[in-house]
Amino acid sequence: MPNTEEEEYSGKLIVIEGTDGVGRSTHIALLRTWLESRGHAVLDTGMTRSILAGRGIKEAKTGHTLGRLTMQLFYATDFIDRLENEMLPALRSGFVVLTDRYIYSAMARAEVRGIDSAWIRSIYGMALVPDAVFYLRIQTPQQLVERVLSSGRGFDYWESGMDLHLGEDLYDSFVEYQTRMLKVFDRMSTEYQFHVLNASRSVRSVASDLRRSVTKLIDEPPSSQVDKTSLGYAASERTSSPANTATTLATSEDSKKAIL
Amino acid sequence: MISYGKHRFPGKLFVVEGTDGSGKSTQMALLYQWLKAEGYPVFFSEWNSSPLVKDTTRRAKKRHLFTPATFSLLHATDFADRTERDIIPPLKAGAIVLADRYIYTAFARDVARGCNRDWVRQVYSFAVKPTLAFFFRAPLDVAIDRIVSGRPLLKYYEAGLDLGWSDDPEESFTIFQGKILEEYDRMVSEFGLTVIDASRSIERQQREMRALITQHLKKRRSRSN
Repeated sequence: MPNTEEEEYSGKLIVIEGTDGVGRSTHIALLRTWLESRGHAVLDTGMTRSILAGRGIKEAKTGHTLGRLTMQLFYATDFIDRLENEMLPALRSGFVVLTDRYIYSAMARAEVRGIDSAWIRSIYGMALVPDAVFYLRIQTPQQLVERVLSSGRGFDYWESGMDLHLGEDLYDSFVEYQTRMLKVFDRMSTEYQFHVLNASRSVRSVASDLRRSVTKLIDEPPSSQVDKTSLGYAASERTSSPANTATTLATSEDSKKAIL
Repeated sequence: MISYGKHRFPGKLFVVEGTDGSGKSTQMALLYQWLKAEGYPVFFSEWNSSPLVKDTTRRAKKRHLFTPATFSLLHATDFADRTERDIIPPLKAGAIVLADRYIYTAFARDVARGCNRDWVRQVYSFAVKPTLAFFFRAPLDVAIDRIVSGRPLLKYYEAGLDLGWSDDPEESFTIFQGKILEEYDRMVSEFGLTVIDASRSIERQQREMRALITQHLKKRRSRSN
């Protein structure tokens, strides 16, 4: 296991979160171009892009038989593969790592499926705390629907949460599923101190906000590396973290009893 | 999500654990035949058998893509699929499920490979706790017997070659199996595993297992009557 608590990472880990269709990949592409033009090395990464598990996940999703626990673990495998093989090496080398979704999407999807988010947090225990999480927030699922229609993508089984049977068809299911996801994300915004951006505006406005925030972040003097500890919160120095993020990568006897 | 130890199903789950060569698979096969003959609905769930995951596993092994953490997680993914599809439904229906290898294989192996002990247990905390888990305790030389007996060549991950203990596959395998056995021994008390002395005769072991299992089964009219 990588000993992520003690390493020095000179790069910056930036996360872009948000539900399906909100514009994450658009903004990551814009940010990347802009950062590179200013001389920063950039790695961008996202879900299902791992060499190890990416293909398997896509194949598993086509049959619609992917169970909720299996899905979570497959995504976790994909994430840890990218973390160990791409993200950590890049951060050590001083890259800016732009990541499309992070553990928060996994937690949201789990929660909406009735899976204990404490379990998710424990699986991702070795993940680093990002330098910043930008949450592209859209007010209502109707706005997402508009984007699905205008992009010509159509309603996808999984983006509509059809495995949860929330509606008779993809549309009804999409609206209900995304409504629930939006609620969960709103709560996590506070819990995990996201930088919330109103994504209902033009691409230009959102991009400009992102650039401004990222500049501030990157131009910060290399601060104490103490903040970038593993997400297990076992060694986290978060000063204003709310009480319930306290599931640690257990080492104490008590926690061990709680697990099994 | 229901955690280990908290599931309440009418069915029964019996698992066998131990190193290769310990005789556990032979015993499991005999148990399966016996239970079927006794008229019970029995299902067998095999390790690494998820159709959704096994191709990915095979590819990764071939191309040496694993780290200890991803090795653990991908096998947990396979196991989750089996749990959701092959283990829980029959148990809910009141059937018997047999498994050759279970979460304890993952715990022994992944910890021997360097994963955090608590982390692995947390990852698998969704697993159903077995009604009985048999650990076939055999000495180390049985586990490493395959080196001298001319069985198929040791594969990369099987020998633990990614871990840097030794460049020689046989030496690496020996070290690996030693660590695995240590973990198994610890788990006997941790998880209440039922130890079967693998040096006894096949018939003796089977009798012992049947006696223990019978205590957990409801009577059925035997077909042979």
